[in-house]
Amino acid sequence: MSDVAISLKNVSKSFSQNGGPAAVDDLSLEMKRGETVVLVGPSGCGKTTTMKMINRLVEPSSGTIEVDGTDILKQNPVELRRNIGYVIQSIGLLPHRSIRDNISTVPKLVGWKEGRIKQRIDELVEIFELDRELLDRYPAELSGGQRQRVGVARALAVDPPVMLMDEPFGAVDPIVRERLQDQFLHIQQELRKTIVFVTHDIDEAIKMADRIAILNKGGVVEQYASPEEILREPANNFVKQFVGVERGLKRLALTKVADVEIEDGPVVTSDTSSQDALRTMERLDFQWAAVVDEGELKGWVDATNIKRVKTVSEVAPRPFSAYVTGESTLREALDAIVTSRTHVAVVAVEGQRYKGILTLGRISREIVDGR
Amino acid sequence: MGGSGPIIDWERVFGTLRPELISRFFEHVQLTVLAVLIGFLISFPLAIWAHRHRKAYGPITAVTGLLYTIPSLALLVLLTQFFGLSMTTALIVLTSYTLLILIRGIVSGLSGVPADAKEAAQGMGYSDSQMLWRVELPLALPVIMAGLRIATVTTIGLVTVTAFIGRGGLGIFILRGFNQFDSTQVMIGGLLSLILAVVVDVALVLAERAATPWTSKRARAAT
Repeated sequence: MSDVAISLKNVSKSFSQNGGPAAVDDLSLEMKRGETVVLVGPSGCGKTTTMKMINRLVEPSSGTIEVDGTDILKQNPVELRRNIGYVIQSIGLLPHRSIRDNISTVPKLVGWKEGRIKQRIDELVEIFELDRELLDRYPAELSGGQRQRVGVARALAVDPPVMLMDEPFGAVDPIVRERLQDQFLHIQQELRKTIVFVTHDIDEAIKMADRIAILNKGGVVEQYASPEEILREPANNFVKQFVGVERGLKRLALTKVADVEIEDGPVVTSDTSSQDALRTMERLDFQWAAVVDEGELKGWVDATNIKRVKTVSEVAPRPFSAYVTGESTLREALDAIVTSRTHVAVVAVEGQRYKGILTLGRISREIVDGR
Repeated sequence: MGGSGPIIDWERVFGTLRPELISRFFEHVQLTVLAVLIGFLISFPLAIWAHRHRKAYGPITAVTGLLYTIPSLALLVLLTQFFGLSMTTALIVLTSYTLLILIRGIVSGLSGVPADAKEAAQGMGYSDSQMLWRVELPLALPVIMAGLRIATVTTIGLVTVTAFIGRGGLGIFILRGFNQFDSTQVMIGGLLSLILAVVVDVALVLAERAATPWTSKRARAAT
């Protein structure tokens, strides 16, 4: 099996009969197995049209589309769609069916046995952390966030290798949206589906994508690259403008604390003499030091207090107001730095284990070097 | 006879009139059920066709609308020229008045089905006929049932008119009572026809609720 899951070759779609401007004009795009490709662009860029051609809800005017090496235009569209997960912004749960029946829709269409369907629903309930009680309710009885999760669970019911998602988290409020995005990223890490994801929100694209295709009017691909690359090297002015301000900040959101070199920082133990402690601070140009005993972070002490005593143990260490972990993004670390009282650095810990510090200088270098 | 005694002489109702009241009542039910059933069988495919091909909707409602506006008595008299004083004549008249109501009910029910549900269903791989039977018709059911209720209640009232050609179920009593200045017959014929209409209407409402549990108060409250 090649690692290309979906390929569009010279695909065009015109909705008008008499040669008006094409919605999508001569688009070629390849999506690798297991990657999330986000199609993003302003309205009218043909992103939704492009996505809908993959399950033939929209018939291409010309060109070829292959899914897993099979020319889908030669396939029965109804059969094709059963094999491709589909989630839309309005979700489209069937209002007259219970949640259980909604999730069973495609399994029933493809003729799964009762027992297998039951087992699959149990799995999905677990994966999506759904309340079992919801299964016997009707869609109208659920909250927006619950409906959204059911919509995605339903699309995954027969475990299709390919998923099409059209602004799947667009209909819920920002807080719920973020939670759903995080949950879905987590699930996708396990499932490694090939996902075509449409959104108009560049931040969502950056968050969800392995690769982003930025589309312009007529389905022109302005740039097709990883979020990191798009932020670092926007291919042209259109991309630069679309990505918008705060490109540096957005890139910080892509990098985990664990992925950058962390400095040891000024570290002392309770047993350290105040002379040695002051020397450590001076050497690193800090007015304070972290107290770490056997790897465990006790807090911090400042130079003024240390000067009055013989050993560090005589001063009660004060707790740090902001921690970040290896899983935090640099953007979160930056936020912690600028909002914390404890000078310019943030202590990186796993649990209470001390790992080191991140300084504003270190983070800013990350932005500049990446350029 | 008229003018003297009570409006309804219950002794006669439960006595001499009783056997015919029972048989005419069932004739009334029979005419109603047959007319609505035939009407539905004709309306259903026409409505589906009109739903799929919007261009067909205009002509279909024009023709059935025309049928609806012909005075029932005139149509009845006209049809006796072809079918005599038969059941067929009565049924053709009754059926033709149900068509407009039923077709409108089905078409507006189908066009009221939420577009997102249809798009999702299509995207999941429903064929056209599966979509119709499993998604569109169930969701259109409340509106279709509303049309069916109006058609049925209208027909129950209209059946009495066919008394003029010797059918008419309970209408026979109304017509005969009128000719004989017999208020008991007029009143009991009208009363039973009214009761039948109310009972059938309530029964259809209950049937609709049972068939569409997702529209229950509990389901609606959460939206």
